[in-house]
Amino acid sequence: METVFTPLQSLGGGVLIGLAAVLLMLIHGRVFGATGILAGVIVPEDRNDLAWRLAAIAGMVTGPALFYVFSGGMPAVEVPVSTMALIAGGLIVGVGVTYGAGCTSGHGVCGMARLSTRSIVATLTFMATTLVTVFIIRHVIGG
Amino acid sequence: MRLLTAFLIGSVFGLGISISGMANPAKVLNFFDIAGTWDPSLMFVMGGALITTFVGYRLVLGRSSPMLAARFQVPTRRDLDPSLIGGSALFGIGWGIAGFCPGGALPALGTGQTEVFIFTAALLGGIMIARALRSFGGSTPATAGT
Repeated sequence: METVFTPLQSLGGGVLIGLAAVLLMLIHGRVFGATGILAGVIVPEDRNDLAWRLAAIAGMVTGPALFYVFSGGMPAVEVPVSTMALIAGGLIVGVGVTYGAGCTSGHGVCGMARLSTRSIVATLTFMATTLVTVFIIRHVIGG
Repeated sequence: MRLLTAFLIGSVFGLGISISGMANPAKVLNFFDIAGTWDPSLMFVMGGALITTFVGYRLVLGRSSPMLAARFQVPTRRDLDPSLIGGSALFGIGWGIAGFCPGGALPALGTGQTEVFIFTAALLGGIMIARALRSFGGSTPATAGT
């Protein structure tokens, strides 16, 4: 499935993602990691953190509605994979981000911005395995 | 107040994800499909997010404390353990299979599309399985972003 190259929207969206990460540090003193925020809700370690994490997730879910307000349409969510792939991928992502202690937002944005060696290694690792996985699925198995 | 600010920050993130294309698995997978229908857009998402955070963190972390918390809680670990590398490798495999990452999926729930709920349910299952395995193993689960 072809998608349109959108450098300006993607850059603008990226700046907003970064802004959210900076604001969470400025106001709450926390790293913006989707994995940490989500895991902290389903397996709470500290009750004090449960409420703000739930509030942050509720805020995230309003993203498409805000997008609608500004653009008059919903953001595209095109899923070119099967339901089985969504389930298998979701399970693997869940296990991976728990052992890897973070995902694209926590390691790829916040950790890399702090020049954390762990986050740089984690990001290079998952970018590489994603690349290889997509290549195998699309060009070895699918080809 | 802390709940309101967390909600608003979450909505800035959700809007950013929605605009950027990170909520769209077709676009995400095309970024990684260099040999096929390549779409380099996500490089701009990562670039914009990274530069903003890099500059912003330098300003913010110069303060003595956050505005609504006692102290900054920034991960301090430096060791490269097998869990970090193996877990990250697995995450990439799952991301390449499904096309959603956690930060892309959570805002995408707001579109109401069934596929996002299926992925997110499996994601939660995976997190719970890994947590259960870890507590069996006796090691303490690492905090995200460490």
